[in-house]
Amino acid sequence: MSFLEINNLDIQYKTRKETINASRDVTFNLERGEILGIVGESGSGKSTVANAIINLIDKPGKITNGSIKLDNIECCNNEKVIQTIRGKKIGFVFQDPQTSLNPLFKIKDQLIETIQTHLKLNYYDAKKRSIELLQEVGIENVEQRINEYPHQFSGGMRQRVVIALALCCEPDLIIADEPTTSLDVSIQFQILKLLKDLTIQRNLGVILITHDMGVIAETTNRVVVMRYGKIVEQGNTADVLSNPQSNECKSLVMSVPPTNKKIERFKLISPEGGEITNNSSNLTNSIIQNWAVREISNEKLLDFKNITKIFDEQMFIRSKKEINKLKALNNVSFQIFEGESFGLVGESGSGKSTIAKIITSLIKPTSGEVFFEDLSLHNPKNIKIKNKYRGQIQMIFQDPYSSLNPRFKVKDIIAEPIKFFQKGIDNKTVQKNVNDLIDIVGMSRQSLERYPHEFSGGQRQRISIARALATRPRLLICDEPTSALDVSIQAQILNLLKDLQEELNLTILFISHDLPVVRQMCDRIAVLKNGNLCEVEKTENLFNNPNHQYTKELISLMPKIESIYS
Amino acid sequence: MISQVINKIINNDIGYSFVKSKIAVISTIVFLTILICSTFAELVAPYNPFDPVNVSLLDAFTPPVWADGGSTNFVLGTDQQGRDMLSTIIYGSRISLIVGFASILFAMLLGTFLGVTSGFFGGRYEIIVMRFTDVQLTIPSILMALLVDGIARGFISKSLHNDMAIYVLIFAIGISEWPQFARVTRAATLVEKNKEYILASRIIGLSNFLIMFKHILPNILRPVLVIFTIGLALAIITESTLSFLGVGVPPTTPSLGTLIRFGNDFLFSGEWWITFFPAVFLVVLALSINLLGDWMRDTLNPKLKTR
Repeated sequence: MSFLEINNLDIQYKTRKETINASRDVTFNLERGEILGIVGESGSGKSTVANAIINLIDKPGKITNGSIKLDNIECCNNEKVIQTIRGKKIGFVFQDPQTSLNPLFKIKDQLIETIQTHLKLNYYDAKKRSIELLQEVGIENVEQRINEYPHQFSGGMRQRVVIALALCCEPDLIIADEPTTSLDVSIQFQILKLLKDLTIQRNLGVILITHDMGVIAETTNRVVVMRYGKIVEQGNTADVLSNPQSNECKSLVMSVPPTNKKIERFKLISPEGGEITNNSSNLTNSIIQNWAVREISNEKLLDFKNITKIFDEQMFIRSKKEINKLKALNNVSFQIFEGESFGLVGESGSGKSTIAKIITSLIKPTSGEVFFEDLSLHNPKNIKIKNKYRGQIQMIFQDPYSSLNPRFKVKDIIAEPIKFFQKGIDNKTVQKNVNDLIDIVGMSRQSLERYPHEFSGGQRQRISIARALATRPRLLICDEPTSALDVSIQAQILNLLKDLQEELNLTILFISHDLPVVRQMCDRIAVLKNGNLCEVEKTENLFNNPNHQYTKELISLMPKIESIYS
Repeated sequence: MISQVINKIINNDIGYSFVKSKIAVISTIVFLTILICSTFAELVAPYNPFDPVNVSLLDAFTPPVWADGGSTNFVLGTDQQGRDMLSTIIYGSRISLIVGFASILFAMLLGTFLGVTSGFFGGRYEIIVMRFTDVQLTIPSILMALLVDGIARGFISKSLHNDMAIYVLIFAIGISEWPQFARVTRAATLVEKNKEYILASRIIGLSNFLIMFKHILPNILRPVLVIFTIGLALAIITESTLSFLGVGVPPTTPSLGTLIRFGNDFLFSGEWWITFFPAVFLVVLALSINLLGDWMRDTLNPKLKTR
């Protein structure tokens, strides 16, 4: 008998139009002292299964079949039993530490309230316990910090508090739903280490839900791979990742960018098991004719010179007091050469997106200058000339769900920049251009007549790329273009970007926090920390012998899928 | 063919929630009935009460048909000049609806324009516009409308005044309703303008005007529609109040409010029907629009969405 047993679990969401099977015949079990990973793409039913264990499925979802046994107690569809178990025997860690703590209560009060609900302790004992717990999860200076509010803690610290909350009634099972997805690499490393240590010290069972194969490889003992609500494969992590049996699992493992080498293209596997090899090489011919051939000249395209950016709120009445202002960028300089792909890496708040906004002239730098070829982009004298250059710098955004106007048809989205830059162009030519563009990003022409909400995240990102290409750009800025996408979709988009760069001789500025992805995409990489440039180095040099202390740290801490082989 | 279209509308999320909501269906039927009747008043009303041929002082003060001395010729009775109440109400509601629609349309255009531009540009322009709305919101709308009407009387010569009265009224009500639109559209614009599709159009280099009115505006129309509906009921009531106070439309083209004022003089002498029926009609009209607005607010608000 295992600690947690889930048998033949079926969960259905009945809506007006259709019934969605969020979980079909899910069966797995978990022992104490073991970390079980559940991995799968978005919509595969990972979170639904986790929520079913604590009976917190949103309406209209319903468990239609199966059983969930914890220590041989049946707790499926049994609200009375589950209430005594939830919180006491099962702790839950949510994805977003920004919203999972009540901002109006002190840390102290949140912990003590939870402890007193489940354990019969008086106020002082409960407080003593909370202090012990916070020390256990690695918060320093606890006696003082326990009186603070959640907003005074950083993201990683908050997630520690959330883990302390989950631990406070000595649960036997912890369910962590994407606990590190919104955190930076270095904090992610600490949180995962904390979870691993606690599992062994307290002999817990842990279910870790994530879409990050690197995290799975480094943290879990066993893994369950899900797709469309079904378990496609389960077993020891090392076995599953190094020798996947099912096509779904193979495609998932293949799509993960390797951290230790650079590959030409990602191999893609179709659901039938065959390899997808098509690329867009012959589709771009007509567009290249239209654009006129461009040679890679290896000349300097963009010069980012001594840029400093300070954000301050514009007040109605200017105060004369100079406050210690936060520098979003501090004297950053680098150059991008025509035809290369240049990577920009850093944790959240390091100023990556600020650089993109300065290059695209969305904001002005406080000091310093940006030269595109020989033109200073922020010199007020150049406003008229700049409009000519506008189309040469284009951008692809992070969130495919908000980067397309929901009220426009796809053809109008792509046609708008064409009409804007080629005044007096006739409708037939526009239509032809739009058709060419939708072909090279690998979508059908039928999709032109539809609205953005009818497409998945990956397809929307393709439309976004088509729109960016419509102005015939020379410099394409990609701001975390794949961070909202599943791994296999990410691989497709990255392949597409590589092909386009090769054939259209684009220069790409690739911004990401994901080191393995940057390694696959870029020729040279700049590392940023808190608005300061740490180093600019060729990709292979950077990964093999990093110079800067911070770069070394980043590279050693990133979760590596290869770690299962060692 | 038609059944296909209807099926498609019902299967659409908004259509489905409409069919499921009894209140929405009933209030729509009531409102549409009133709207159609008043639009085609010449065809629907039994008499044209403003044509002297149909009016006879001998018929004055006829009670409704079910009361003692009632006549089947005048279902809801007649007023002091012998005009059929049912017909005057139908004609009167036409004036009320025209003034209501026109003034709220004016308020919507003004408020939405100021709201979108102030949300988009920000800075001092925004501060000035928003402080204007704050000040305006502290003045009761009736008072504001009275003020505008008073000023207009000073400027327009007496001979013209009766012709101009309806336009002054539309302007007066419109000017007192626009801050609602400005506030809501400004807030929605602030959310919308930081979305990435707006950044994308800025990078392409589109002009601010195009971005505001081609890209942002269609995406914030839902809350505007809700305020429009609720504001319509409010505008009709404001119009009636003003007409009741005697500063609204001239007595020659009475609206519902004017009718209530006429009847008010006879309320205590036993001729209750002259004021009662227009008042009930006004309540039903405003209520049906308001309930429709409530349903719209619930349905079009993505946060309250139910399956």
